[in-house]
Parts: sequence; structure tokens; C-alpha cells
Amino acid sequence: MADAAIHGHEHEDERGFFTRWFMSTNHKDIGLLYLIVSALAGLISVTLTVYMRLELMEPGVQYMCLEGARFLASDEVCTPNGHLWNVMITYHGVLMMFFVVIPALFGGFGNYFMPLQIGAPDMAFPRMNNLSFWLYVAGTSLGVASMVTPGGNDQLGSGVGWVLYPPLSTSEGGMSMDLAIFAVHVSGASSILGAINMITTFLNMRAPGMTLFKVPLFSWSIFVTSWLILLSLPVLAGAITMLLMDRNFGFAFFDPAGGGDPILYQHILWFFGHPEVYIVILPGFGIISHVIATFSRKPVFGYLPMVWAIIAIGALGFVVWAHHMYTVGMSLNQQAYFMLATMVIAVPTGVKVFSWIATMWGGSIEFKTPMLFAFGFLFLFTVGGVTGVVLSQAGVDRAYHDTYYVVAHFHYVMSLGAVFAIFAGMYFYFGKMTGRQYSEFWGKIHFWMFFIGANLTFFPQHFLGRQGMPRRYIDYPEAFAYWNKISSYGAFISFASFLLFFGIVFYALFRGARITQNNYWNEYADTLEWTLPSPPPEHTFEILPKQEDWDKGPAH
Amino acid sequence: MAHAKNHDYHILPPSVLPLLGAIGGFIMLFGAVLWMHDITPYMFWIGLVLVLYTMFDWWSKVVVESRVGDHTAVVRIGLRYGFILFVMSEIMFFFAWFWSFFKHAMYPMQDYIGTEYVQPNIHVVDAFHLPLINTVVLLLSGCAVTWAHHALVHENDRKALIQGLAIGIILGIAFTALQAFEYYELLAHEGWKFGDDIFYSNFFMATGFHGFHVLIGTVFLTVCLLRAMKGDFTPEQHVGFEAAAWYWHFVDVVWLFLFFAVYLWGQSVL
Repeated sequence: MADAAIHGHEHEDERGFFTRWFMSTNHKDIGLLYLIVSALAGLISVTLTVYMRLELMEPGVQYMCLEGARFLASDEVCTPNGHLWNVMITYHGVLMMFFVVIPALFGGFGNYFMPLQIGAPDMAFPRMNNLSFWLYVAGTSLGVASMVTPGGNDQLGSGVGWVLYPPLSTSEGGMSMDLAIFAVHVSGASSILGAINMITTFLNMRAPGMTLFKVPLFSWSIFVTSWLILLSLPVLAGAITMLLMDRNFGFAFFDPAGGGDPILYQHILWFFGHPEVYIVILPGFGIISHVIATFSRKPVFGYLPMVWAIIAIGALGFVVWAHHMYTVGMSLNQQAYFMLATMVIAVPTGVKVFSWIATMWGGSIEFKTPMLFAFGFLFLFTVGGVTGVVLSQAGVDRAYHDTYYVVAHFHYVMSLGAVFAIFAGMYFYFGKMTGRQYSEFWGKIHFWMFFIGANLTFFPQHFLGRQGMPRRYIDYPEAFAYWNKISSYGAFISFASFLLFFGIVFYALFRGARITQNNYWNEYADTLEWTLPSPPPEHTFEILPKQEDWDKGPAH
Repeated sequence: MAHAKNHDYHILPPSVLPLLGAIGGFIMLFGAVLWMHDITPYMFWIGLVLVLYTMFDWWSKVVVESRVGDHTAVVRIGLRYGFILFVMSEIMFFFAWFWSFFKHAMYPMQDYIGTEYVQPNIHVVDAFHLPLINTVVLLLSGCAVTWAHHALVHENDRKALIQGLAIGIILGIAFTALQAFEYYELLAHEGWKFGDDIFYSNFFMATGFHGFHVLIGTVFLTVCLLRAMKGDFTPEQHVGFEAAAWYWHFVDVVWLFLFFAVYLWGQSVL
């Protein structure tokens, strides 16, 4: 605060462009870089889905043809190109999981705001922080390269699904699969280094007087997420190294011909994969807590249970992995255990959802864009959560496994939960990061387009799943045509809203109203980042904040 | 940047090394893929050189920063946290290999009802020959490093510090040599194969990754020895050495698990 007051906006930045953006050791700049690159990766990944929904709009194959991929309907002969389809679903998944959502929430918002919220001058290891970022870029490059290098079926790319299950992934030809494996390795290394950095910063650099249970919820969520990354990603690294050995050096980890077990890969993958789901969503929980408290003009309800709920979700996330694999032939006892453990997670999640509702209860609610997105998040995440409870039932899952019901479920929690949280965070913090305000009107348009579009896309997929439409197919019988068409319309609306979002951002960057206040919302945005100018100066908290700057003291 | 900081944390100047390291990593891994597909080995080596250069330059800078006093007490705590967390992530990496080993040791595929799997070749190394010697060698090496640490912290005895480190390193190299000899015996004379079936896969990847970590630890300790000979490390400030010692103990604990699980227990159940 004191530092900011002295050095404000007028402090001219003497760093050159290359020095500032390519050699950065500054957590705020690195956070921005993360957000920018993840937005680009997101654009690639979303474009793939639009092409997929275009193909699924009508029964029969019209666009993904062996004669060449088309973008316009035509009367010429079209032989279905299943490989192209599989490549689309694979890279949509890989990019979204590893290169879009984690980097945006954990890398972007985590980097930018966690140190600010705890009053730290920077991250614990600022140079390593930049290594995390550039490794993320290297990983994304390897991932995108994998999409356009020779792969299976004498075509480009690998069509094995983002989970990279053997034997598909061990028998897929070409270099593409190996590049994808290394892409995941590098992104894992990047995330692990990031997690080490975040945990150390959180433990070692909190402002004087800020005990663990006075830390803002977003920082808590980043802290718990870091633990999940630290403990789960190395296990994935082991699993995909086994894939690599099987593919290239004649090993037999997953090859039945050598006594190996393909199911083992699924276990190890999901031991990472389930924590991964919470890695994706927990930072979102943190952002949503601040947004809801701010726009309800009330401190968040039940701070301490909220913290413990995050911790509980993180811990439980490690012991439920096989609910992704009910149909692989596990014993009944195993299924019963994983079913019960999975349902237990509904308890801390319920604590969070009800605490958010209780925060709004009796508050004076203001429907600014971030709050709309937080509302959207609450509704959509809850829908995804309850279908999750349905799917946790091993018996019911027999019918739903690998149907569109599952697709609907996880898109409700991730694409609609996590992504709504990203947008809530973007609108909430946009002014803080850039010093310019977005257009409230267009922000609301974006919200409604996206909310309608996303629901139109994914809600009908519940019906399709109930009708028995399987995932991961390029085509379907006539019976599924109706809801598929509606789902595709929804996807186009969502895509248009995403483009609109870029428009809103660029307009705001160049034409948006300048922000002069430190805190442009209200006094319930009471964490430390709101005591700084917008945008904050290059170095923040060179004089560490005093307790009265941040301890607004609603007792817990 | 022009103004003074009023805290003990470490604010670093911009650095090109992260970018360089990531470019090196990209080239190295892309090159590895090209190599695996018999296109060219050179890209891999170019990338590797870049990565190694980045590591060298980076850690040299860290040493220089510690000499000029950037590593205040609170920064040193942070460095320790960071290193412990790194070791935890390494432990989880080995978790995957042990998972595969135990799964196949306890629930081999041919035991499943109705399966057509066949028992893969099981070959047993006598745990009480070379593996036991290796266990003793590695544990003694750990003792030597702890002796060096004790000498530095409690007596500031630099001679014992250097001697302890040197003995630790020599024993570490001895371990690697013995392990290489064992691999050679198994592969060249006992008819073992590198890969081929699940038994070899588990054995060579678990012990191989451990061996790789022994090499890393040996290099780490050697760097500490060179630094100690140049006069670095004081009883109060020796994070680099402490980290190397922790890493070394992590490596020998992993070995203990390997010895008791893969060699000793494996000898009786497989």
C-alpha cells in the first residue's frame, strides 16, 4: 500500500519488451502470459469442438471425409474419416486438460493473485516461475506439433483419446503419439515446478500476522491445488513413461503378450486423473468465493468450513480414482468401496455450495458480469455435481459408462464449472490487471450467450446418454438426430460468445474506461490486491503490508 | 527496480535462462522422438547440450547469489521447503513404478479366472550377493554424507566435511559401478532381456530409474565437494549441501524399498 502510494502509475517502466515478457521474473507478468497463452490454446481447442459439433449436427458423415476435410456441405462422395474424428476428440481433451484450464486458473490467476492476496512481494522462486511458464509453452508446442505430425492410420495426429489408454496408445503408429507423451511430460514438469513454487510462497511469504486460517480462500484453493499437482502428476509421468517404453523399446508393461496388464495403466492414469479433476476446479472455487462475497456485500459464509472443505475435497480426490473404471472387471468389494468413497465427496462439495448460497442469503446482491458468471457456475456446477452422484453408483454406471451422459456430466463440471469460474475471474480482475474496465453491457451479453449456448450444448446430451448414444463416435443412427442438432446449435452459440469475449477484451484493452480507484467494486472486495493501484506497479509490497490493511476481522 | 526493497525476500533480476531451458527441452524431446523413429540423433544432443548449459549457468548463478548474501534466513527456509517438495514429487514418481511391480507380483495376470495369460519369465537375482553389497555400499555412503554434515554443522571441521563428502561420492560411484556390473552379468551372461516381458520391464525400469537418480545425486554431491573445497558452506548457511544430503538419503531409501521388495521379497514370492 505504502509502496503503491509512492510509486503509482507514473513510475515509468524501464524494461524493454523482450526483457519484460521473455525474461520475466515478475509474478504478475508471468500470470498475464499464462492467461494469454492459455486463451490461445483454448481457442484452438474450442475450434476443434466446433468442427466436431458441425459433423455431429446431422446423421451420416458430411465433413470429416477421407477425400479431404470439408467445412461446407457438398454433394460429393464422402468416406468417413474416423481417424480425423478421433484426432479431434483427443486433442480437444489433451489441450483442455493440460494446456488451457490448469494454466489459466492455476498458472494465470494463481500466479497473479495468490502472492498479492498474501502480501508477498513476489513468488518464492521468481526465476523458476518463469521456467514453469516457458515449459508450459514448450509443452503446448509439442502438443500442437503432435497434432500435425504423422500418426496412426497413415494420417496426421493420434486418435487415442486424451486418457491415452493402451493398447490404442501403444499401437498407434508414427511420431505423433510420442510427441503427445512428451508434451504431457513437459506440461507435468511445468505444473510440478509451479506447485513447488506456490506451496513455498504460501508457507513462507505470508504477510506478518497472516496465520494460515486468515489466508483468503482463493489462496487456500491454490495451496491445496498445488499439493494435488505435486503428488499426482509425477505418478502420471511414470505411467506415460511406461507407455513410451512399451511403444519404443519393446517393454511389456501394458502388453498382454508379455504378461503385462492394460488395466494397470487405467489405474495409474486415474490415480492422477481424479485429482486432476479437482486441480481443475479448486482454484475456480476460490475465485467464486471472492466474487460472491463481493457482489453480495457480505463476508463469505463459513470461512473455516470452506477451507476444510477444500482440504477434504483434495484429500478425498486421491482415494476415488477407480470410479472411472467400474466396467473393467473389478471385484464387487472394490466397486463398493470406490462408490462409497466417491459419494463422500458430495459432502464437502455440498458444504461449499450451501456456504455460497448462505453468503448470498440476505446480502444486497448486485448482478455485475462476474456475479452472473458466479451464478452460472453455481447452477451448472451443481447440475454437474448431482449427475456425478448418479454416475458414482457402480450399478447405474453400467448403463451410463461411455455414453453422452458422462460427456454431459463432466462438461457441466469442467467446461461449465471451471470455465465459468475463469470468466468470472477474468471480469472480476480485468480492471485490476489492465487498468481498463470492460463493457458491462457486452459482458452481460457474453454471459447470456454463453450460458444459453452451453446449456443448449450439454443439457440435451443427458438425454442422448439416456437413449444410449455412445461417446467418441463420428456418426450415429437417425434416432439421436433431434438432440444432436440442438446440441450443435448450442455449440455454435457458445463459440460465438467466446469470440465475443475476445472482442470485449480487445475493446477494453484499447478503448475501455480507465480505472482510477484501487478498489473499483466495493468494500467487500477486501483482500490485499484491492489495496493496490490498477494495474499494480512492477514491484508490489516492497514494504510488507500491515495487518490492518487486510485483516477486516470477521471472526471465524 | 530503482527503489529499495524493505524485506528479506529474494527479488531476482530478469533472466533469459528459463526461456533458453524451455527451448532446449523442446528441442531435446522433439529430437528424442526423431531419434526413436530413426530419423536423426543430432537434434536430441543439441537440445541436451542446451538443457545442460541452462542447468549449469542457472545453478552457478544461484551459488553466486548465495555468496553475495541474497539468501537471507527466510529465503533459505524457502529453498529448503522447495527442495523437500521436489523430493516428495520424486517419491511419487517412484510410486508409479512400485505400483506396477507390486501389482504384477501380487496379482499376476495368469491368476485371473478364465485367463489365457501365461506366466512371464521370472528370473531371480540372489538378493544376498551383489544386491546386499550394494545396499551396504549405498547406506555407508549415506553415513559418510551425514558425517560430513555433522562435521560442518557441529564442529565446523572443514577437513572432515571434505573427507566425508569424498568418501560418500566414492561409495556412490562404487554403487553405480556394481549396479552396471550386475546389469552386464544379467544381460550378457544370464540371458536377461532389456524389456520383452513384464518382469524385465518392472525390474529394469524400477532399478534403472533408481540408478539414474544415484547418478544425479553423485553429481550433486560432487558439486558440493568442489564448493566445499573452494570454501563455500558455513555451519549456518549450507542449503545446497543440505539439499544434496537430503537427495542422497531419498535415493538410499528408495534403494531400501527396491532391495526389500524387488530383490528380497521378490526372490521368495516370484
